[in-house]
Amino acid sequence: MEIQVLFSLPLIIASFFAVFMPVFDAILKKNKQIIFLFTLLNFLLVIVADIFIFASPEFFTGVLKSGLENSDFGKFLSDAVSLGGYTSFFDLLFAIAGILTLFAAKDYLKKESYELKEFYSLVSFSFAGMLFIAHANNLLILFLGIELMSISFFVLSGFFRNNILSIEASLKYFILGAFATGFLIFGFAMLYGATGSLELKVIAQKISFNQVTPIYFALAIGLIFVGLAFKASTFPFHQWAPDVYTGAPTVVTGFMSTAGKTAAFAAFIVITKAIFLSNLVIDNATVNPPVIAITRNSREILAIIAALTMLVGNITALMQTNVKRMLAFSSVAHAGYILLGIVSNNSNGWSGIVFYAFAYVFMQIGAFVIVSLIEKENGSNLNLSDYNGLSKSHPFLSASMAIFMFSLVGLPPFAGFFGKYYLFLSVIQSGYLWLALVAVIASIISIYFYIGLIINMYFKEKEGEPLTVQCKTSGISIILSLIGVIFLGIFPSLLMNPLLNLFK
Amino acid sequence: MNIHLIAFIVLGILAIASAIGTIATKHPIYSAMSLIVHFFALSALYLTLQSPFVAVLQILVYAGAIMVLVVFVIMLLNLNEDEKQTIRIQSRNSFGIVLAAIFFIMIVTFIMSNPLNQPNSTNVYNLFTAQSLGSVLFTKDLVAFEIVGILLLSAIVGAIVMAKKKLIN
Amino acid sequence: MNNIPLEYYIALSGILFTIGTLGVILRRNAIIVFMSLEIMLNSVNLAFISFARYLGDTSGEIFVFFVMAVAAAESAIGLAIILALFRKKQTIYVDEVNVLKH
Repeated sequence: MEIQVLFSLPLIIASFFAVFMPVFDAILKKNKQIIFLFTLLNFLLVIVADIFIFASPEFFTGVLKSGLENSDFGKFLSDAVSLGGYTSFFDLLFAIAGILTLFAAKDYLKKESYELKEFYSLVSFSFAGMLFIAHANNLLILFLGIELMSISFFVLSGFFRNNILSIEASLKYFILGAFATGFLIFGFAMLYGATGSLELKVIAQKISFNQVTPIYFALAIGLIFVGLAFKASTFPFHQWAPDVYTGAPTVVTGFMSTAGKTAAFAAFIVITKAIFLSNLVIDNATVNPPVIAITRNSREILAIIAALTMLVGNITALMQTNVKRMLAFSSVAHAGYILLGIVSNNSNGWSGIVFYAFAYVFMQIGAFVIVSLIEKENGSNLNLSDYNGLSKSHPFLSASMAIFMFSLVGLPPFAGFFGKYYLFLSVIQSGYLWLALVAVIASIISIYFYIGLIINMYFKEKEGEPLTVQCKTSGISIILSLIGVIFLGIFPSLLMNPLLNLFK
Repeated sequence: MNIHLIAFIVLGILAIASAIGTIATKHPIYSAMSLIVHFFALSALYLTLQSPFVAVLQILVYAGAIMVLVVFVIMLLNLNEDEKQTIRIQSRNSFGIVLAAIFFIMIVTFIMSNPLNQPNSTNVYNLFTAQSLGSVLFTKDLVAFEIVGILLLSAIVGAIVMAKKKLIN
Repeated sequence: MNNIPLEYYIALSGILFTIGTLGVILRRNAIIVFMSLEIMLNSVNLAFISFARYLGDTSGEIFVFFVMAVAAAESAIGLAIILALFRKKQTIYVDEVNVLKH
């Protein structure tokens, strides 16, 4: 019993705060500082709980699973959510993204005079949704987690509701998000019909014993991938992402494009771990039942989608003059890189995804925080030319922006390099050399626009008066992001080795 | 031909016709009325699938709650102006139609090419009563039930944020 | 007793799903788009209930409850967003809201 409670603590803490945040709002009428601290406490407690989980001896051994089955409560819990293991790293990731966003949001909302307490409630709701996605052990929990996260994001992206851009982003996101949900759960219905269960463990078992109806199974894979591709904004369904990311409040964009995207890929991992046969089974198959053919073909299709996503995202990002829109397109390209890990479909790929997600959270949120500082009211001052001569007036901001850009390109001393390295390596090991080559070409294309921003900051002169920047708490998130980017760049194995162990 | 098949065909045609009515009529209020017919047809289809409890919920939740909200919003916005053209065939729209047609043909041929399935058991009334569904809901799916509480709360907070008139700091 | 094959129900649900998809793609009126989304969710419910009945398994029916709850939550949010849009722009046509593309 104690172990179960300990291991489900992150979920319990996040749910508790999500439920009680509106109550705190009502009790503490005027005091925004305390609401802010409560939300921070939520994220910090989740991190502390995860550190306890990492420290507990059951973490790396399999004792936990057998202990869970003993009591009724434990059984319901283990049917619904998977605890410990790699999911704890996702908890950590979402909590870090939340903290970085929170510090930046305080400055940004004050600047735009939108500092409403509901913002913190909505962030807590979406955080709880993300945790349930990563922990899902059951299609039902996965669906509810995705919806909880999406509903909070629909509102967060329309949070500046006197600004038509923000409302338009919200409406687009709502229509396409609900559309994607329709595809996703139609796919779940087909998967249920093909295997007769909603539990991922049972589904995986039936698939490995080839006890599925192949037609429903094929339809299920197609529909689920369409739904998840919408949520993760990969190639044929990426159109909404730049519009929504540009219109939404900048800190929210930072949160959605990192934590939200990572949660979509967590859903990808949860699903593909269950419905894809392992590479070993496919390579050694002597007979050729339909399940093997379906897995093989869908991996080929995912590989093509990943290649197109990377190319399209980076090439369209080249043509942008608005920095927020450029980062939005580049986030589409990053979804392509992360998809490589799903294509390779082994422990190297999955742990590569988690590592890349960590690096991506630090560098992308860091970049968006700086964009939110430079931005003026009503979304002006977002063009590339507005960054001219930033190194003279704000050397710290431009230096950290340069580091984030180098990391997004994937240059060696920073975290982005190792993220790409692990993903490219995993995809080569599973036999997709051409895909790795496409990924390298796409990264080379991306150098142009990332470095272009740095050139604007360092080698061009600003006309007119210099910018004034109000930077109080945002500085904390920039410094934390810098520490993360550099630390993961120097000691990548500290994160990568435990991940590899857990996915085995 | 037996009575079950006739009922299925009649209800299926009604459901399809009312769905087409929903997406093809000019004024949103006609769409809403058509959609209510659609919900009733689906509810009757659930009865042919021996699921009385879900059939009742379908009417209570969809026709009773969601559609009332939709009609209320239509009235509140007082939209008397019709959409200029009902369906405009633009390049993007025709792309959509082609996509939907391919999708449609794919689903139907996929499913119809399968050997036809008969139910595992002829009578599942005992399984689908409110009592047995409730006991599953509160034991096996307890965690999901708790999450849906958070989800509804988030929808309440979100709807207030989006719809309230004045920003109160 | 009941000898309608499962495939008929699933094909019907596929047809309804396609009609809903078409509505989302073709219509520009935000409220009608919203109703098309409801048609899509309902076709999913039909698929779940048919599978549940033919497999003799309750978890499909349970999923339908949750889809209904989510549909209710989405309708609250969606209509609130439409209201916010109308208040700002006096329109609910998705075509006329296109500031972001430029």
